[in-house]
Amino acid sequence: MLDITGKRPVFLIISEIIILIGIIALVVFGLKPGIEFSSGSLLTLGFEQEVEQSELKVELVNLGYDNVIIQRTGAGDFFIRTQELTAAERLDLEEALGVRFGALSEREFYSVSSMVAAETVSNAIIAVAVAAVGILLYITWAFRRMPKPFHYGVCAIIALVHDVVLVTGIFAILGAIMGWEINLMFITGVLAVIGYSINNTVVVFDRIRENLRRGVHPDFEMVVNSSLVDTLSRSLNTSLTTLFVVLALLLFVGASIQNFALVMLIGIIVGTYSSLFVAPTLLIVWERGEWGNLIPLRRTKTEEA
Amino acid sequence: MVRRNTIVLFIIVAIFAFAVCTLVYPLFDREEMRLGLDLQGGIHMVYQADFTDVEPGTEDEAIDGAIAVIERRINILGVTEPLIQKQGGDRIIVELPGVGEAEKAKNLIGETTLLEFREQGVDEEGNPAWVPATATIDGKEKALTSGYFKENTYVGQGSLGQIMLYFEWNEEGSQISGEVTGRLIDQPLAIFLSGEPLLGDDEQPIAPIVRSQITDRGQIDGLSLGEATELSQLLNAGRIPVPLNPIYEQTISPILGADFIDMSLIAGLIGVILVMLFMIVYYRLPGALASLALIFYGAVLLAVFKLIPVTLTLAGIGGFVLSIGMAVDANVLIFERMKEEFATGRTLGAAIEAGFNRAWMAIRDSNVTTIIVCLILIWLGSSIVESAPVTGFAVTLLIGVLVSMFSAIIVTRTLLRLFVGTPLAKKTWLFSAHREKK
Repeated sequence: MLDITGKRPVFLIISEIIILIGIIALVVFGLKPGIEFSSGSLLTLGFEQEVEQSELKVELVNLGYDNVIIQRTGAGDFFIRTQELTAAERLDLEEALGVRFGALSEREFYSVSSMVAAETVSNAIIAVAVAAVGILLYITWAFRRMPKPFHYGVCAIIALVHDVVLVTGIFAILGAIMGWEINLMFITGVLAVIGYSINNTVVVFDRIRENLRRGVHPDFEMVVNSSLVDTLSRSLNTSLTTLFVVLALLLFVGASIQNFALVMLIGIIVGTYSSLFVAPTLLIVWERGEWGNLIPLRRTKTEEA
Repeated sequence: MVRRNTIVLFIIVAIFAFAVCTLVYPLFDREEMRLGLDLQGGIHMVYQADFTDVEPGTEDEAIDGAIAVIERRINILGVTEPLIQKQGGDRIIVELPGVGEAEKAKNLIGETTLLEFREQGVDEEGNPAWVPATATIDGKEKALTSGYFKENTYVGQGSLGQIMLYFEWNEEGSQISGEVTGRLIDQPLAIFLSGEPLLGDDEQPIAPIVRSQITDRGQIDGLSLGEATELSQLLNAGRIPVPLNPIYEQTISPILGADFIDMSLIAGLIGVILVMLFMIVYYRLPGALASLALIFYGAVLLAVFKLIPVTLTLAGIGGFVLSIGMAVDANVLIFERMKEEFATGRTLGAAIEAGFNRAWMAIRDSNVTTIIVCLILIWLGSSIVESAPVTGFAVTLLIGVLVSMFSAIIVTRTLLRLFVGTPLAKKTWLFSAHREKK
């Protein structure tokens, strides 16, 4: 049989590196909030004539919009992000650009006030927190007949935090390099990843529950290992089918739900990893009181012993 | 056993046929999927009412009046299926699907304004027209408007039981009204909102005839209860204007929305085909049956969306496409179990039953966690202003999870049972199953 749990020091190191990268990225770069979270206006304009992004930028700065951010979309339109525009300012802006660059049409206009933005931030944080607590409670309940039901819930949540830290860390890096902003679709994606990753973890835990009951092996570690082997092909297959559809979304629907699809793409991969190698490994670590092994320096010593 | 399976199969086919009919024909007055603003284009605005000038305790009345005014103005535009509703106690949501000329609609909303009283006269070119009814007070020309009401107007019944709208002018209003009505005895006085006359049930301007000179108080009769109630509400809204500040706005051109639909259709189709190919190659016959169950799933889900109706947004379609990938999860769980059972030497029939029974706990627990997340997302959606993407995603994923549990478990099992006891069941390669060699 494949020995997965025996290699847990390797998995723990990989996960610690992943979390470290995520945290460093978050601390160094931070997340770039979109207008839903920071307020402002986003105007998508299409010009009939060819317009250079640099010229557009110069014109907007001349009009007094110093902090404007411009992005070109795949279809040749421009996203123009400014501070919150009033109806009159927006009309003036479009008129001035029309005079300078010729006929234009407004594809999309999106404006969020600071009051709405603040509400959205606080409610999104509450939603992620409530989701974590709800899942912890449910798993503790579902595994209530096991010797240590709380262990299962906590290990599942740690695996989840692991996934969320990596996804947000990658978005912090994308924000710093490519100017990607996080928006509500990002939060929706994070919650979907939470649901997805926990789903995978539960399937593994479910098998551990069953194998413990059947008494396949007296040693807890061996039970976990055989449960992992049993569920390995299922975990990989489900992740593959979900990856197919997420890739289709990413490639064909494009910009508007790009954030969501990319969060899902990273989340499915790291979520599958954490369900197979982080959550079950932590169960064993906790069961055996091997917490010292989480510190790499001491690991060599224990292994030799 | 076999007979019961046939009945279940019959029910499944009936549900599928019903779902397909729902999608193809306009059943129950639902001709089209209901599309969100991001897919059909339109304006979504949220206004915060400013109650600074409103007497405490009458905020509810003030905001209802403001909504009545907005409804009036939007009706003039002829927008199909506009949505105007109150959110919390002090916000108004306005959704105008399919409206491209953003400014035209928005200029009509803004602040609640005064209602004007107009008399018959001639315009600049000498044509008959309604012109503002004015009076000269202390040497200044002043127009009679709803801003001069002393208290809110109200609807009551006269001594003969007829519907009456009662009003009372303040001091300045009494002077203007006295002069205007004294001059217009036996002539009509129409009521205008934003330059348009208010229309009665008969689509004609509401224009009561002045019977006598009115100074401090008066009444209007001859209105239906509906007309009187609405008029009173509009007059009250125009008495103390409630400034409405836009706090959120999203405008999407209808062309952009149509592109989204095409793109997500392609994404969905490609996703489904990839998932089916994978299932068939990996699990063979059971995989093919799971693909049939997936078609069933897609048709039933879309039919449910159409019947409820669920408003489809781009994020909702994202949830739908994602749920396709997850819908086969229950099947994957079951088939892996079946393989294991088969390997221990069970017959196909026994392996199917054991596979389904043993996979159930894992399916239940993993789906419940997804449902928890969906419910929290629905709460998040209901608590924030820009709710459409979050709610759209959560609702479609939630319905998807529920329908997929049915399709993956009941439909696939029923189809698989059809093969039990047939010669095909002995061809193990069809099930990609191997006996364990001991």
